[in-house]
Amino acid sequence: MKEKTIISTKDPHDRHPMLEQISQLWRNKTAVLGLFIIVVFILCAIFAPWISPHNPVETSLYDQLKPPVWHETGTWKNILGTDDLGRDTLSRIIYGARVSLLVAVFSVGLAFVTGTLLGAISGYFKGKIDSAIMRVMDMILAFPYLLLAIVVVAYLGPNLRNAMMAIAITYVPRFARIVRGSVLEEAEKDYVMAEHALGAKKRRIIFLTILPNCMGPLIVQTTLSMASAILDAAALSFLGLGAQPPTPEWGAMISRSRALILRASWVMTFPGIAILLAVLGFNLLGDGLRDALDPRLRD
Amino acid sequence: MLAYITRRILILIPTLLGVSIIVFLMLRLTPGDPAELLLGERATEKALNEVREHLGLNEPLHVQYGLFLKRLSQGDLGETIFTRQKVWIEIRQRFPATIELSILALMISCCLGTILGIVSATKQYSIFDYASMLAALAGVSMPIFWLGLIFMMIFSLNLGWLPISGRLSIGIDLEVITNFYVLDSILTANWAAFKDSLWHLIMPAVTLSTIPTAIVARMTRSAMLDVLRQDYIKTARAKGLSQFKVIYKHALRNALIPVVTTIGLQFGVLLGGAILTETIFAWPGVGKWMYDGVMQRDYMVIQGGTLFIASIFIFINLIVDVLYAVINPRISIQ
Repeated sequence: MKEKTIISTKDPHDRHPMLEQISQLWRNKTAVLGLFIIVVFILCAIFAPWISPHNPVETSLYDQLKPPVWHETGTWKNILGTDDLGRDTLSRIIYGARVSLLVAVFSVGLAFVTGTLLGAISGYFKGKIDSAIMRVMDMILAFPYLLLAIVVVAYLGPNLRNAMMAIAITYVPRFARIVRGSVLEEAEKDYVMAEHALGAKKRRIIFLTILPNCMGPLIVQTTLSMASAILDAAALSFLGLGAQPPTPEWGAMISRSRALILRASWVMTFPGIAILLAVLGFNLLGDGLRDALDPRLRD
Repeated sequence: MLAYITRRILILIPTLLGVSIIVFLMLRLTPGDPAELLLGERATEKALNEVREHLGLNEPLHVQYGLFLKRLSQGDLGETIFTRQKVWIEIRQRFPATIELSILALMISCCLGTILGIVSATKQYSIFDYASMLAALAGVSMPIFWLGLIFMMIFSLNLGWLPISGRLSIGIDLEVITNFYVLDSILTANWAAFKDSLWHLIMPAVTLSTIPTAIVARMTRSAMLDVLRQDYIKTARAKGLSQFKVIYKHALRNALIPVVTTIGLQFGVLLGGAILTETIFAWPGVGKWMYDGVMQRDYMVIQGGTLFIASIFIFINLIVDVLYAVINPRISIQ
């Protein structure tokens, strides 16, 4: 009598690698917390007109410097109090999320596209083009922290658009280096040589074959750069070089409230907490993504 | 080793030139007439023409750049628009203040950061580890201009423990020799000024040190964890060495290699990032001077200050790279 043993050929651990990475990310509770914070931040930004209790730019001379609701003289009308022009702090913070999100997405997006393009060209064609592009990257990196952004905005004129461009310029080298390194590594491999032999155009090889393989570090860098972009935009606005009044931007709000530090400390405190939370969210997610997506860290 | 150092110095030159080109182009590329930008809208035609002659604005771009470089080599960074002082002299007067602040901030971040990192690594997954790493993450996520204001609010305005701004209180007299107030007060045995200047230094330095401390702590922790996993550490433990000896005599030496690089790089970042801190605490250093220049659109200040800070940053990175090669001989062989 022959025994029929049914052997399953599907290994339960043999899932799609992306699913594996996502489940590893999910297990990282701090990363999930970061993702949650970011989602709240994005929802605030998108639905600001509906969530916000008041108009963020509408001034009201009757409601100047009202304290938050938990003070003796605070009311539920202005939960987080008002500033010296009677504008509601909570509304300005919610609308400020819009500005911060816009700046982060635009700056990092621009830097991502430019950096990836430059890095791919640099890594694939090597030689003189590579040297030239890397020299330019070195020059950008030769400026410490915010200095280049401050100088660019100082010369071009202080407004939000120039601030976004300035920040984008300072982030390009980060992305260029990742892509260049990846392209240099992958271009030597057999599957790329095979594509080349089959007559595929260079463009196709670069974008469809090589780039998908450096997506991991790119995603990590994008997330972490969003965090820095929010901080840098706030810093520039604090210095008067970014968002101009009456645009509600968290850094600009802190700057205005310096004179009120004794009388109305809430005007200064809450925008700072907003910045802290938003940046923390992106940093937590970025750290978690790095643990999940960076194969070098996996045991 | 020497070859590596020479190579690094040679790369320095095109980088410095590149930075000077960027700074040079900035003024020329700004929308508007550079002469008018420098002198203001109400300048007379005669004054405008003088400036154009002096800066060679009528010459082709490469000739202008040549003039610019020639003046740079003679140490002439021009004059500020608003105060008509030599830019180089202004920088020289203010730089000691920035250095004083940066050195204290660096010392704080070195000590605190490495200690936090080492303890976190040796007690991995403990409450201390989680707490300090969370604090470090919060540290890099916080806007330091806001943190400075919060410190000011708590320690100066509410508790009255620390002075609110500046380098020295109004009533204190100090004979200024080196412009490093702490040093000068020691040299002149002026103990009131010594205490006062230190007191003024504390808040800005702690504020400035937040981000570097956090970065150093994380770096130290991860470097220590890497080292503690190595076989020679297991050998040391198997030999019966105490935990203390294992960490401080064997593990730390190798873990410190990337940490030293990080600390060195942070010094450069401190010098550049002092702009925000100096502005909040009215600290009369190069950072605040640059900020005032940006606010007033004093392009000579912006130009000179940027060149200066960027050059210092590049030199510090060079020193850090060379130091790293000295400590870790494997690098120079590549």
